[in-house]
Amino acid sequence: MNLLAASATDLVRLLESGDVSSVDLTRVFLERIKSCDTAVHAFASVTQEAALAQARELDELRAGGKPVGKLAGVPVAVKDVLCTKGQLTTCGSRMLASYAPPYDATVITRLRAAGAVLLGKTNMDEFAMGSSTETSFHGPTENPWDRQRTPGGSSGGAAAAVAASMASLSVGSDTGGSIRQPAAFCGVVGLKPTYGRVSRYGLVAFASSLDQVGPLASTAEDVALLLEVIAGHDERDSTSADLPVPSYGELLSEPLQGLRIGIVESHFAEGLDGEIEESVRRAVAIYEQLGATVHPVELPHSRYAIATYYIIASCEASGNLARYDGAHYGHRTDEGRMLEELAEERRLLVESGDADGAEQLDGPLVRMYRRTRAEGFGDEVKRRIMLGTYALSAGYYDAYYLKALKVRRRIRDDFDAAFQQVDVIAGPVTPTPAFPLGERTDDPLSMYLGDLYTVSANLAGIPALSLPCGLTASGLPIALQLQAPPFEEARLLRAAHQFQGETDWHTRRPSLVEES
Amino acid sequence: MKGCQVSLSLADVKKVAMLARLQLSDTELERMTHQLGQIVDYVNQLAELDTESVTPLSHAGELVNVFAEDKPRPGLSRAEVLSGAPKQDDECYRVPAVLGE
Amino acid sequence: MREQPYEIVIGLEVHVQLRTRTKLFCRCSTEFGQPANTQTCPVCTGQPGSLPVMNRDAFQLSMKTALALHCQIPEFTRWDRKQYYYPDLPKGYQISQYDLPMSCDGWLEICDSQGVFDPKRVGIIRAHLEEDAGKSMHDETSGRADSRIDLNRTGTPLLEIVSQPDLRSAAEARAYLDELKLLLQYLDVSDCNMQEGSLRVDANVNLHLDEPGGVIATPIVEIKNLNSFRAVERALEYESQRQYEVWLEKGVKKGDIPKQTRGWDDQLEVTRAQRHKEESSDYRYFPDPDLVPVVVTPDEVERVRATVGELPAALRLRLQEEYDVSEYDANVIVNQGRDFVGYFVEVADASGDARRTSNWIQQEILRRLNELQMSIRQFPVTAAALAGLVKAIASGELDSSRGRDVFGRMFEHGESAAEAMQSLGIVSVDAGSLRSLCEGLLAENPRVVAEVKEGKQKAVGALIGQAKRLNPNVNPSEVREICLELIAQQ
Ligand SMILES: [Zn+2]
Repeated sequence: MNLLAASATDLVRLLESGDVSSVDLTRVFLERIKSCDTAVHAFASVTQEAALAQARELDELRAGGKPVGKLAGVPVAVKDVLCTKGQLTTCGSRMLASYAPPYDATVITRLRAAGAVLLGKTNMDEFAMGSSTETSFHGPTENPWDRQRTPGGSSGGAAAAVAASMASLSVGSDTGGSIRQPAAFCGVVGLKPTYGRVSRYGLVAFASSLDQVGPLASTAEDVALLLEVIAGHDERDSTSADLPVPSYGELLSEPLQGLRIGIVESHFAEGLDGEIEESVRRAVAIYEQLGATVHPVELPHSRYAIATYYIIASCEASGNLARYDGAHYGHRTDEGRMLEELAEERRLLVESGDADGAEQLDGPLVRMYRRTRAEGFGDEVKRRIMLGTYALSAGYYDAYYLKALKVRRRIRDDFDAAFQQVDVIAGPVTPTPAFPLGERTDDPLSMYLGDLYTVSANLAGIPALSLPCGLTASGLPIALQLQAPPFEEARLLRAAHQFQGETDWHTRRPSLVEES
Repeated sequence: MKGCQVSLSLADVKKVAMLARLQLSDTELERMTHQLGQIVDYVNQLAELDTESVTPLSHAGELVNVFAEDKPRPGLSRAEVLSGAPKQDDECYRVPAVLGE
Repeated sequence: MREQPYEIVIGLEVHVQLRTRTKLFCRCSTEFGQPANTQTCPVCTGQPGSLPVMNRDAFQLSMKTALALHCQIPEFTRWDRKQYYYPDLPKGYQISQYDLPMSCDGWLEICDSQGVFDPKRVGIIRAHLEEDAGKSMHDETSGRADSRIDLNRTGTPLLEIVSQPDLRSAAEARAYLDELKLLLQYLDVSDCNMQEGSLRVDANVNLHLDEPGGVIATPIVEIKNLNSFRAVERALEYESQRQYEVWLEKGVKKGDIPKQTRGWDDQLEVTRAQRHKEESSDYRYFPDPDLVPVVVTPDEVERVRATVGELPAALRLRLQEEYDVSEYDANVIVNQGRDFVGYFVEVADASGDARRTSNWIQQEILRRLNELQMSIRQFPVTAAALAGLVKAIASGELDSSRGRDVFGRMFEHGESAAEAMQSLGIVSVDAGSLRSLCEGLLAENPRVVAEVKEGKQKAVGALIGQAKRLNPNVNPSEVREICLELIAQQ
């Protein structure tokens, strides 16, 4: 059996029956990463020794007849935005290039408790800001389907790792589409859970009110398996929902008969790629064959979603990223050179007779902050910090942040109204398939506009799933987005699972896999 | 939406860069002024919406009253805390002099 | 007091460290005086990914305090980030409350029993919760050397109590602080230890001058580094005079220049301008998305109000009304704290003589407590024991001066009044033998009897000394009474 092509659900069975050991399985994936990742660059770091040690321990537990967790022995990749104690957590930033947190994120604790073998940390846009994984300090990840193209972002590494069979399960984070868009570009299933469903403790914050951790895998069944492990209340996260976690896996096969699917016609307007429109409509037709009914719904404020999103996300980010100042952890500028620079500036000012300017010059502490942050952050992060700082600065709070929070309410109200009429809303995930690397790096606004279908779910806090539903003529994955009311992840997973029962898009692998 | 109609000036951007503790070169400041201007122009479209009577939504979850009990729990050892510090002396973090700032 | 050509206008901001076991947003201990950076965790060191969770007790204690200050408790309150860069603030922002504080619009009454100022209600603008910063240490003599940062204190819960600018003198400011501290101690919400930083004061002060054409205000100055109540008084006296001189010299009015911050130099007793960059006041407040709001129901408010207990102002009145002690005495007793009041009440109730109790505890007990730096809880003479003594004196069994001897014995040996009297050989003289002792004295002192009969009642005093020599246990006032009675019957 090809272990690399097996689903995580299958791997659990093989491990349970003793057909394969955790150590052997881990080695298979580590080998795969070794042979494949120099090209794809999905990982920021691979924790080979720790993974093998964990696998050995699990094998021993199993051999001793001790109870093991739901994911015992299954290799998992984790986005480099989740804190792993004593192991690098860089967030794709020079600022944290050598940062090893003193603690584990709650999601990591749960994965370990479930027996997941952590292979390493996947590449991402710097501090999860971006839609192409190109802003990473480690360099871009390539799309396994076409290495000239982006895997999407910010969880580009997480999606590419699954697509290239370097991990059977992968954990990402989604602030404005950062799980769903790369899942769509890489042809895997990605779920952004309801806000509060998965603990954010130890998830390095980008925008606290939007960030959510979620699973990526080849099948909906695997996504359900992983969600069951990572979801649930956490007393360390005040925004975590204190609700029981359903057995998602057991609900997958409940019939879809009578499921009401909403379609937002304006999502199919100008700007949507023709092949994507066609595949998405075909996918909806498959649901009709499965007994679902289709209804038009409207989300009148969704056209304001990107503006709303970029204000809220940037404001929160400007606060969340203030802590990276070189004082307590992470990068600090070279102090010797910093002091020389200040002395030189002072000399020049004094020589030119500008005593006032010399007086106004930064002190060493302020200059340390400014140089540290200038060196540690990349352009995109700086842009968002600047935008957020500007929008929150004196006189602009009401016009930007408060206004955006009000529009956010309208966007949420739209969803609440729509979900009175339908059970899920179906549509595209992205307006285009994976775009070429470098295409949008100099035009931030065009990059932002690519998020138009995904950001609303974050603003409204609802769950949304990206599901492979086709390939373009040139062989790039196309995906369907399904959105549901809060805490209806089971409904999304059920719909996705039964779609996969009717289609074989999820079994397609990029040629990269077949070659090796 | 007073104050949002005009794109940002270079002076605005300089001031914001100081608030955000970012040292930007002249070239960066210029590029930033242009790019932020574009983004600000774009987000200004929200001004056309009437949101007078709308309650802001700052959390999708809208939870309230989440408390922890006042019971101490072990934290980190000093070595763990200081292990990631760019400069420390085994007791304290060290930073450039805070005097006069 | 000297008539001043101006009126001082003072508002105080008091930061109170609440008595919780753990910090405001993490479960690190708040214990004072531990080695640097040993009471920290990912949350209070601002590690990436860490999240705050609100301490329930901190909220309860601040609500209790706010209610004792007669504040309104809004139904909805939330947490804001106050953003600024400083190395003792590891997140780059302080979690505080900005536009929706947990309480507002209260008052605290201050009075002065010596009449230096009239009683007044000082308005409380708001009381809100926030987290403390850490400690930065710098050796000023070492020039350019590094500063050292200790984050043990980071995240400790503080209640910031902001008064209206209702105070009109340094004495009033002092009285406000004394009364506030007393209140906080009665509520048991803080240990109010200024040395350990549990109570910190900033003062906002300016002058109102009666000028031709109306009242003119000088620019408001915020004074920081006030490390004792004494320093607050001195600084306000200094600063008001300084502002007056600056006014005479430059004529700068409020609004002409931005609000200044000045630091108090305790050694030189002056305030000095602190360097202040304009942008540093742009805190870019916004609601902290990592925390959820707090909704307080009216039931919850009433539940907490019920825990407030009897407060100093009410106690002072009750002591005057129920125990018939003077306003001054009530003040002295109440200002010693709740335990002291409890002691007084117990003695007064058991002895049935509140006035005598008041005198005894103010003179003998307070003196000894002060000498020994002892609290009433540690005092060796229990309330029951003192009540025994007061009773003995009230009944005439003991005179005051013998009473002091007995008290001394009780204090040294922890004895009851009866035991101490026995130890000292004091036995009460029965009525019969006292009468015959007096009859004997009158027989031996016909001149005294004659003088008394002529109306010089004072003359009887000569007999009292003789009586005490004959029997040290006699009660002087009883001797006096009986002698006068016998003379009258002659
Ligand atoms: Zn802590």
